[in-house]
Amino acid sequence: MSLVRYQAPTSVLWPSFDRWTTLRNDLDTLFDLPFWADASRQSQLFSGWAPALDLHQNNDNIVALVELPGMRKEDIDISLQDGMLIISGERKEETKEGNGATRTERYTGKFRRSITLPSRVDMNKVSATYKDGILTVTLPKAEEAKPKQIKINSK
Amino acid sequence: MNTLVRENRNVSNGDRPTPEQFITPAATVRESADGYTLQVEMPGVNKENLEMWVENNELTILGLRAMLSIEGMLIHRESRSENFRRTFELDPSIDAGKIGATMEQGVLTLTLPKAEQVKPRKIAVA
Repeated sequence: MSLVRYQAPTSVLWPSFDRWTTLRNDLDTLFDLPFWADASRQSQLFSGWAPALDLHQNNDNIVALVELPGMRKEDIDISLQDGMLIISGERKEETKEGNGATRTERYTGKFRRSITLPSRVDMNKVSATYKDGILTVTLPKAEEAKPKQIKINSK
Repeated sequence: MNTLVRENRNVSNGDRPTPEQFITPAATVRESADGYTLQVEMPGVNKENLEMWVENNELTILGLRAMLSIEGMLIHRESRSENFRRTFELDPSIDAGKIGATMEQGVLTLTLPKAEQVKPRKIAVA
């Protein structure tokens, strides 16, 4: 490490920007936070638990995947509100006899994730499965939101 | 228990230019009089895709993600595709031959019993 006198950046140059990026990446590695973690996840870093959420879409369905290892399915809540999918729940602290935890990295407590869905869904046909610690929510698109092929009639 | 985490050293890269990247899974260690309980979070890993071995008093856990194939386009992604790997240094009191493991909903629970001779023992006064 070298000590360098602080210089106010005179313009937004890539080299100085890169230095911040590198620093940020280093910090992210330190906390083992993925570098692409968006602001909404980072803001929850110190307030609790923000499980990773993926969203897929095809012609018929929107599929959400949430990483929720070690939950009971009764403790997961899924709801739809104003075109937003909300997944919330709580992982309870396991109380065990003995000398207690000597190292704790796993999150316990409440979490809540919400994401705006890219199209309207049929609320009555939403289904969910929970396997290997991954929650899969399948949201069939509403009929009017499905892409339609338009046939060209030749005269 | 010393939970020293090793860098993900690759034994040999062969002709691959970049070493494989791993994610260090979150773990919780609890100690009791009988032994230790280790819980490791690996979402997307089932017991068929899990490998564990003890070598030089170090326990290594390797969890390979079972990729869910979902047809369609990925429009938002926060998860990572790298596999999980973590090494724990075992306390010398642990009986490595009696380690038990269960995998449930992406959480691996290992019971690491202490060897009989190191367990606290009550001595009755005759």
